[in-house]
Amino acid sequence: MPGLGGRMSTVIKAKISRLLDKSEDPGETLDYGYQKQVEMLQNVKKGIADVVTSKKRLQMQSQKLEQQVVKLDTQARQALSQGREELARTALERKTLAQTELQSLDTQVKELEDQQQKLTDNEAKLRTKIEQFRTKKEVIKAQYSAAEAQVKISEAASGVGEEMADLGLAMQRAEEKTETMRARAGAVEELEAAGTFDDITQLGSGQDDIDKQLSELTSGAQVDDELAKMKAELGSGGGDAPALEEGDK
Amino acid sequence: MIVRVSGEGQFRLPDEDAERLNELDNAAVAAAEAGDEARFKDLWAQMLEVVAADGNSLGDDELVESDIILPPRDITFAEAQGEFTGEGLIPD
Repeated sequence: MPGLGGRMSTVIKAKISRLLDKSEDPGETLDYGYQKQVEMLQNVKKGIADVVTSKKRLQMQSQKLEQQVVKLDTQARQALSQGREELARTALERKTLAQTELQSLDTQVKELEDQQQKLTDNEAKLRTKIEQFRTKKEVIKAQYSAAEAQVKISEAASGVGEEMADLGLAMQRAEEKTETMRARAGAVEELEAAGTFDDITQLGSGQDDIDKQLSELTSGAQVDDELAKMKAELGSGGGDAPALEEGDK
Repeated sequence: MIVRVSGEGQFRLPDEDAERLNELDNAAVAAAEAGDEARFKDLWAQMLEVVAADGNSLGDDELVESDIILPPRDITFAEAQGEFTGEGLIPD
């Protein structure tokens, strides 16, 4: 059975049936099987917690990027108001890039939310099945001399085993997806820290200079603020607004 | 016949559907091996449709093994190329 789930469930089913075969005291084995199922349920809960953690990290990053967008927008305006059109253009290019990243992050957060929902639903289902197994187990133990009962519990164990295997697969897929996102998020973070998105904007060398100039602009601007405003007011009409539009291109 | 769609639970289908599913599966394997993504996606959708049309969802209190396990609905073509190969869904 080449299905994705088939391979995994085969492994787990084999383990469970081997367990049952070996048993000298079926009652004991059933309890052990039940214990294993409960452990699996704990693992699922951990898996869901991991997805939630990744989601939160992406959400935080998304917030940071939003701030970055605002900051870059402000810097562009500042640069423009000081007649530094090239600098303003650079800032706006980065702003666009940050916005693109932001969209992709939002999509990923949405995907993780779906994953989380699916895992939570499946966990509830598995919990119900394990509860059924526990009930059946007690019935079997009470009348375990019957050979038919042995067959029945073996079937039930296989059914639960398959359910666990399938959930295991869902978790594995969620983890892989999360890993990819984490790696990507890490890369964005590094770029952010360096203040460069040069791989896409192809701004070339001189990145650091531009960044330095941009940050100097920000700090120096406070001092020059009054002056800039005055200038804008003085040159109103032909001043700020048209220049901004130009920079937006 | 019990069919599981990975990640979605189990369904009870009439036994007659086994043949149809196996045919679709064989064709899907061929498409995956040939690298024909469009054809694969079409066949995969048809398989899910058989389950949707004829299948009744099993209750959570039923503890039974599946006769057929289908991969997750959102399986990618790359995954399918790794998994949808070899023998049919129904083992000999």
